[in-house]
Amino acid sequence: MLDQTAVEKLDVEAVNAGAKASSQPLYAARQKIHPKRAEGFYRRLKWIIMAVTLGIYYVTPWIRWDRGPHAPDQAVLIDIANRRFYFFFVEIWPQEFIFIAGLLVMAGIGLFLITSVVGRAWCGYTCPQTVWTDLFLVVERFFEGDRNARIKLDKEPWTASKVSKKTAKHAVWLLIAVATGGAWIFYFADAPTLAVDFATGQAPFVAYGTVGVLTATTYVLGAIMREQVCIYMCPWPRIQAAMLDENSLVVTYNDWRGEPRMRGQKKAKAQGVVPGDCVDCNACVAVCPTGIDIRDGQQLECITCALCIDACDAVMDKVGHERGLISYATLADYNHNMRVATGEDGKIDPTRVRTPDGGFVDRIRTFQWREMLRLRTVIYFSAWAAIGIGLLVALGARDRLEVNVLHDRNPVFTQLSDGSIRNGYTVKILNMVAEPRTITLSLDGLPGATMAINGIDGEPARSFDIPVAPDKLRPLRVFVAQPPEQVQPGSTGFSFVVEEDLAGEVDVYNANFEAPED
Amino acid sequence: MAEDKKDIDEISGVETTGHEWDGIKELNNPLPRWWLWTFYATIIWTIGYTILYPAWPGITGATAGVLGWTSRGQLAEEMQAARAEQSVWLDRIDQAEVTEIAADPELVQFAVAGGSSAFKVYCVQCHGSGAQGSPGYPNLNDDEWIWGGSLEEIAWTIRHGVRYEPDFDTRFNEMPAYGRDDILSRQEISDVAWYVRQISGQEYDEEAAARGAETFEIECSACHGIEGEGVPELGGPALNDAIWLYGGSHEQIVAQINNPQMGVMPAWGERLGETTIKQLAVYVHQLGGGQ
Repeated sequence: MLDQTAVEKLDVEAVNAGAKASSQPLYAARQKIHPKRAEGFYRRLKWIIMAVTLGIYYVTPWIRWDRGPHAPDQAVLIDIANRRFYFFFVEIWPQEFIFIAGLLVMAGIGLFLITSVVGRAWCGYTCPQTVWTDLFLVVERFFEGDRNARIKLDKEPWTASKVSKKTAKHAVWLLIAVATGGAWIFYFADAPTLAVDFATGQAPFVAYGTVGVLTATTYVLGAIMREQVCIYMCPWPRIQAAMLDENSLVVTYNDWRGEPRMRGQKKAKAQGVVPGDCVDCNACVAVCPTGIDIRDGQQLECITCALCIDACDAVMDKVGHERGLISYATLADYNHNMRVATGEDGKIDPTRVRTPDGGFVDRIRTFQWREMLRLRTVIYFSAWAAIGIGLLVALGARDRLEVNVLHDRNPVFTQLSDGSIRNGYTVKILNMVAEPRTITLSLDGLPGATMAINGIDGEPARSFDIPVAPDKLRPLRVFVAQPPEQVQPGSTGFSFVVEEDLAGEVDVYNANFEAPED
Repeated sequence: MAEDKKDIDEISGVETTGHEWDGIKELNNPLPRWWLWTFYATIIWTIGYTILYPAWPGITGATAGVLGWTSRGQLAEEMQAARAEQSVWLDRIDQAEVTEIAADPELVQFAVAGGSSAFKVYCVQCHGSGAQGSPGYPNLNDDEWIWGGSLEEIAWTIRHGVRYEPDFDTRFNEMPAYGRDDILSRQEISDVAWYVRQISGQEYDEEAAARGAETFEIECSACHGIEGEGVPELGGPALNDAIWLYGGSHEQIVAQINNPQMGVMPAWGERLGETTIKQLAVYVHQLGGGQ
């Protein structure tokens, strides 16, 4: 027989329940939340995701990647001073920012896709606010114990033991915060060098400032503010309402099998009342990091961390019901099941969903994986994939040798003593590989014309070999002169051609040569 | 006055603000108290700020602020920092000969930037913003130089000016007013002008040019060269090319022989100092025509 009394009722109330009081103040003090430790599938999943995301964050700047002697050997480096972004085998110049923009667009659409399929999975599992808050909670639990111990400790007077526990907790929090801010700066400079400079006080002021600011935000937002950030500061809870639809999986309390919730179910049964599966133990409320009662339905405060599912499943195991009283479910399934469960009197009747032998009736719907495949998600995925493929193709086909040309505006042309017409250009040769290269710059078209280049020796000619430093842009002042007998009045088109023989790379810039109209 | 009735939203049980737009009501949830604290914090910040920085307006001016900060002072500091940064380069330019500067790509880069900005302040009034000149004011982009186009010659011209009498070392020459002072007849002047058009490769009157050739050799070649190729040492412009300071038509050439216009350029040496003169010389030299 089931022993209902084995499940203790926890003394906890949803933090947003206070708002339902009939007379409300202008300001409400924050109700401190003491989330209880949960155990189960989703908790394990969150541990894994926490380990992976924190691992990526802290380790990435230390990964080395050999790019030869002329480029940094840090796998991921945002080199702001030299305006380069290195990502393993990819190097991005500022004008190639389209790749970063593309990735951001993909991240946006990816977020829409994930949200329309599994709700606020970003909030619940991978958002830095969630991950770091989780980490800070681990520390809190280590020093102060689980929920009840912490509540008790908070009520205690300030004894030496309490002071030492709180001091230790905040000290470790601050250490984590410093490490978080500290890791950030390594993405922007050579990590081993900067680490030594930072420790010896040789690092630039901006490094210390950044660490300081990020330490403060990590400590304040992650350790102190916690769920207040999600509820009052973050715009995503508001945006997500537009992203969810009736087929999105969200953390749901299944009223249709839970109600009427009651304690002392044995006694109730003896009196002929048929109770729902919910034993009203409040375990779901106690574990909630934002302190809400999921049984009140979807709420903006819910980050869908699914810890209430773990808590409830444990209770269901204990009382001998199927798991999933709280589960990931779609609104469509939920509404359908509610119609099945609701009697003519508008109340939920457990006998309507149960067969006599204790199972669910056939009309009860459960989530089918193919529900994820619907027009909306297909469109999101297609757009996401199309941009991704487009970016990859563009990345594969992009030039590593480029030429840009600016025609002088003032004067547009100059007449020389022999009657020749000369035009001035600023020619920029971009050698986008980490090797020094000799680039051939030549004229195509414009018969008889020759060029002279400031700083490059040699008689005027139609072609010059220009050495360009590794991974650098070389600007040149180029003067193109055409003899008087070949000058065409007005504007004449021609091309600057840059070539590199070893890699067989070519780039062409179509320019104009200006001469007097008459 | 009647007390407003509290309007409670049925679903959430929360009081509304009482405002309604097409059936949509706004819940009047209480603000978190820490939000109020941040508001108070900004007020406290303001007090500190107005004590530290200029803030309160008075009759003759605002309160100065304990830190003594002014925007003018900040500008002065930034200018000083910029000068300190530039002084490394300016010292090197100061120490170097103008030809040494031109041989050092780093110094050239700095000198061209500095020369360019000095040019835009002191030179554009006559030579134009692109140094393209205008009738009477030489184009500095082309390859003809009245007083020489080497770095040293350009620097000298800038330093001492042209026909600038207060400067003892100024570039000086004077072309006689052949018509005004009755040195040549009208006919002779016209003939010489035709000859000048001939040697500069323009359409000309053959007979007249043949007569003018003789006069040219006697009167003009000393300063303009036997072939009209110019004598930069004397500041005699080349006449056998396509570039004309005062115009190349027969009429314009006649006018110039008759009663020459002769431009004046001030000496900049004392005003700008040698460091700026060198930068200007390097800038002008690299415009395309430097020799």
